[in-house]
Amino acid sequence: MSFDAAYQSQKFKSVGSRPLRPDGVDKVTGRARYGADFNMPGQLVARVLRSPHAHARIVSIDTARAEAVKGVKAVVTAADLPDLTNGDGALFAVLDNCMARTKALYDGHAVAAVAAIDEKSAKAALKLIDIEYEVLPHVVDVDAATRADAPILNDTVFTSGVTPAPDKPSNVANRSEFGHGDVDAGFEQADFIVERSYKTEQTHQGYIEPHACVANCNSDGTAELWVCTQGHFVYRQTCADLLGLEVSKLRVTSSEIGGGFGGKTHVWAEPVALALSRKAGRPVKLVMSREEVFRASGPTSATSIDVKIGARKDGKITAATATLRYTSGPYADMWAELGAMTSFACYDLANVKTVGFEVIVNRPKVAAYRAPSAPMAAFAVESAIDELAHKIGMDAVAFRIKNAAREGSKSSYGPVYGPIGIGPTLEAAQSHPHMSAPLGENQGRGMACGFWFNFGGQTCSDLNINADGTVTLAVGTVDVGGSRASLSLIAAEELGIDYQDVKAVIADTATLGYNDMTDGSRGTFSTSMATISAARNAIETMRARAALTWDIPVDDVFWEDGHAKAMGTKYGNLAPLSVKDIAAEAGNTGGPIAGHSEMVADGAGVSFATHICDVEVDPETGSTRIVRYTVIQDAGKAVHPSYVEGQYQGGAAQGIGWALNEEYIYGEDGRLQNPGFLDYRIPVCSDLPMIDTQILEIPNPNHPYGVRGVGETSIVPPLAAIANAVSNAAGVRMSHIPMSPPRILAALNAEKGK
Amino acid sequence: MRYERPETIQDATALLAGARDKAFVLAGGTDLLVRMQSDDFDAELVVDIKSIAGMGDIVRTPDAFIIGAAVPCAALAENEALVAAWPGIVEAANLIGSTQIQGRCTMSGNLCNASPAADSVPALVAASAQAKIAGPNGTRTVPVEQIPQGPGKTSLEKGEFIEAIVVPDAGAQAGDAYLRFTPRTEMDIAVVGVGVCLALDAEGVVQSARLALGAVGPTVVIAQDASASIIGTKLDDAALDAFAAAASAASHPIDDKRGTVEFRKEVAGVLARRAARIAYTRAGGN
Amino acid sequence: MSSIAVSTTINGDDVEYLCQADETLLDVLRNRLGLMGAKEGCGTGDCGACSAIVDGRVVCSCLVLGAEAQGRTIETIEGMANGSELHPLQRKFIEHAALQCGICTPGFLMAAKALLDVNSSPTEEEIRYWLAGNLCRCTGYDKIVRAVQDAAQEMQGERA
Repeated sequence: MSFDAAYQSQKFKSVGSRPLRPDGVDKVTGRARYGADFNMPGQLVARVLRSPHAHARIVSIDTARAEAVKGVKAVVTAADLPDLTNGDGALFAVLDNCMARTKALYDGHAVAAVAAIDEKSAKAALKLIDIEYEVLPHVVDVDAATRADAPILNDTVFTSGVTPAPDKPSNVANRSEFGHGDVDAGFEQADFIVERSYKTEQTHQGYIEPHACVANCNSDGTAELWVCTQGHFVYRQTCADLLGLEVSKLRVTSSEIGGGFGGKTHVWAEPVALALSRKAGRPVKLVMSREEVFRASGPTSATSIDVKIGARKDGKITAATATLRYTSGPYADMWAELGAMTSFACYDLANVKTVGFEVIVNRPKVAAYRAPSAPMAAFAVESAIDELAHKIGMDAVAFRIKNAAREGSKSSYGPVYGPIGIGPTLEAAQSHPHMSAPLGENQGRGMACGFWFNFGGQTCSDLNINADGTVTLAVGTVDVGGSRASLSLIAAEELGIDYQDVKAVIADTATLGYNDMTDGSRGTFSTSMATISAARNAIETMRARAALTWDIPVDDVFWEDGHAKAMGTKYGNLAPLSVKDIAAEAGNTGGPIAGHSEMVADGAGVSFATHICDVEVDPETGSTRIVRYTVIQDAGKAVHPSYVEGQYQGGAAQGIGWALNEEYIYGEDGRLQNPGFLDYRIPVCSDLPMIDTQILEIPNPNHPYGVRGVGETSIVPPLAAIANAVSNAAGVRMSHIPMSPPRILAALNAEKGK
Repeated sequence: MRYERPETIQDATALLAGARDKAFVLAGGTDLLVRMQSDDFDAELVVDIKSIAGMGDIVRTPDAFIIGAAVPCAALAENEALVAAWPGIVEAANLIGSTQIQGRCTMSGNLCNASPAADSVPALVAASAQAKIAGPNGTRTVPVEQIPQGPGKTSLEKGEFIEAIVVPDAGAQAGDAYLRFTPRTEMDIAVVGVGVCLALDAEGVVQSARLALGAVGPTVVIAQDASASIIGTKLDDAALDAFAAAASAASHPIDDKRGTVEFRKEVAGVLARRAARIAYTRAGGN
Repeated sequence: MSSIAVSTTINGDDVEYLCQADETLLDVLRNRLGLMGAKEGCGTGDCGACSAIVDGRVVCSCLVLGAEAQGRTIETIEGMANGSELHPLQRKFIEHAALQCGICTPGFLMAAKALLDVNSSPTEEEIRYWLAGNLCRCTGYDKIVRAVQDAAQEMQGERA
């Protein structure tokens, strides 16, 4: 039957409450099993040899000496991973990234791997792999890579999206453009214009759990993979494709995941583990070290962005443009395109144009990081907006309210908005107590807005009514932050039963239909749609069973408060049948009762946020401290408010680290200098204050409960909110992220020198 | 690699002297075990000194504190007398790493790791602390600044190890302070570290001063000119300006992933001024 | 390299094991003793996910040699609950939603327990600085600090 996802305003019994999460006890007792917490009998340990060069041709690899090391059972190179990608460029990039085929394209690029009985033997074997490199000139900086004299990474890459098509290869892989109206005419109408260039350095998702898996290839063509991942179905497809396995014969089980934020949506070393297992004929455990995670998984883009915004003196923006250059690592992708789409998404603009350029560089392959590409674009735009408001003499919030997108606005990236939350979050910010908190010496306040699309995608759910009336809900979206609790609440809500009677589990790839990964803030949104649909299907079945039991037409049975009830009075006093009652008789009424749903969850609903931040800047050292922080974001409907707050706070904390201290530091030799938590500085507990949150609920019309995705938007505003606060605290505009103390001090000294 | 856990100093020095290849002393292990992760690490022997009598003790003699080489930095803050007499040293030692690191790391290990950015070293040097060294031929005592010779290199001979840090009393009107600059509030290696020790006369005039700077040179920098510049003053603004300028001038840092030359020089001056004020107050001046 | 025989006490139980000289306590816990609650987030003492309590002090088990455990008293996350009765800190972490992915949680609980063992009513600042060696990437620390404060209060009340 078809599923109507339209919003139905209703009073909730379970949704919106704060029960304890079902996986909590395992996690606080150390019993929960993550990627590295699983072992198979006879397993081998894998270690990967990685290029120490940023750019080098692999002249030859000889693994004979390594293979001879006692305890080594298999050594693999690209030769053991034949190209089965059949012209699929994106898949080929994954293959080449997992194991370099002809060139090492970044410091840390995998070139060979060993499986041995213990780590010692594996490490000894790595040292004995004879590999000859021809070192090539490298380029790691986003702007340097676009210069005419830059070393070319790939001479088959010609900038696409440009006419006429260029005849010389380039590190600019593609050009994308969005917008509408006439920006030239718009700038003519402006009384004030701000034009500035910004730069943001590369950051990493920084999940505390390194990538880890246990791979086992059997001689009959079946295989198993235990792995920490945000998308076990995606991993299954990719690994099967790369290794030439039948998808249905590869069973992927997702462990508990110790953080992903987009970095575990694609494979890094898993195909290598499978290749080693296939060659050795034994299970292989591969765990990346922290250094490998930084050097060879998927950080975000480094960017260079030019913004120009013009407004009339009454505060109305007349034109806005952005040119965005984003790095994608050594293989072309669409990060600049996403940045170009999100840049001006918060505003209602008559004339807007954004152009994105994807730049390839000798750095690791970029992966998504929580609202990928949006934070950098928002940093540039929200900083310029702030500067423009200041120039005009308008209050920062009032200026944004005047230009905010609303229902019916044509977005800068194309679609027309339905009901959205940007206006409400701005208004809430205006009246939030944070705005009237006193500011001390060297302190300043800033604010900024942010946006994210949120995604739907392919989703399946199985809801089984057990004989004792409890419910097992099998879902396919990995639980990264507590979604099992939220989905249980939703199942309980739909069925009208107790939260305690619902148990949500994450199914593996052999036991459930395809599910897109947990990304795009889609986990709760999509799987809740599928859960609601599955629950309603189960209710249909239970109504039919009640009708059978009572021997009345099914149309005279309705479902209310967890019970089947007979309509009207003509059937006398039929006692309502509970789920437990119906389930107990299931064997006599037609067999086990279940509800399934397989769908493409559509209409995820965009999510807007406004952040307010107070900072204190030490004028003699540039040291910056966050004094106060508030997140105001539209959730559509907060299924489990504690976990929604957690997403707001977590995203804000990542944004704070990104704004102040996190960056990939490269040497002249193109090597990463800070591949560890000591010098890649994520916020520690003492760096942050309590993070205040305000959840707004503007229902998403495309979800029965109004749910919108919430997980990503909160990383988008912090970079600009903090930059704007620094500007108000110290009197300098920062255009280079992170705003580390040396950069702020240099800006302060430059200002003094004027 | 062999692990040994001797119970006497003699046994320890004999083990170290007898090693054919590289041998390392293990106290807190917070530097050594990190080095062991490296693919290039190669050692014949690790000598755990924590079972030697006295290594874990803080002893108060009539004119000094004797801090055993295996005393974890967390224990320094638990010793009331030490905190009262040398708050700068204790603060410096307690800035190393995290609570977990503090439960293990030692000042002697910090000294012998010979990182230019070691936190306890500028404070110990400013306090004129000494290192008591045990060796196959007996013990010798040297000023702590003679231990680090360059990044990762010490002046210890084969078979020698530090058995204690000795901090002699500095008099009733003395005060010390340590400040460092880090981008985050905790966990970072110092970008600049500044240790100051002052002694005053009854009127609050500076009689002696010692300024030691960390992370601005391959080894700790004893800023003689800066120290001399405030003697005879009451740390008025002019004196502090001169002090700060001299501290910056004495600094000869490098550019690296933690800081630039300009930043380190400038901040050395800023922190020297601030640390001097704190030490002055602790010494009883204003 | 020959093995070293170690006798130690873990979570109140007498434990014996063999280990190599260069094995860390974390390696021993996870690979030899099946105690996988301590996690390796970095291997270099920068993240605290491997935190254990040795002779009453919380330390990074990745920076302790397995051989050093000889004769010492070790506490790990597996010993924090009393059978099925959770420690107040464990309960409060769940109640306050102080965990999302949960990978850092065992380390935080060990460190928080060590804090409350020496300071029964820490201020917010004291909590934050004590826990600075435990990295969390999911929560922004807000709910973790609240959980510790709440647990401290409850445990104070029990003492009164």
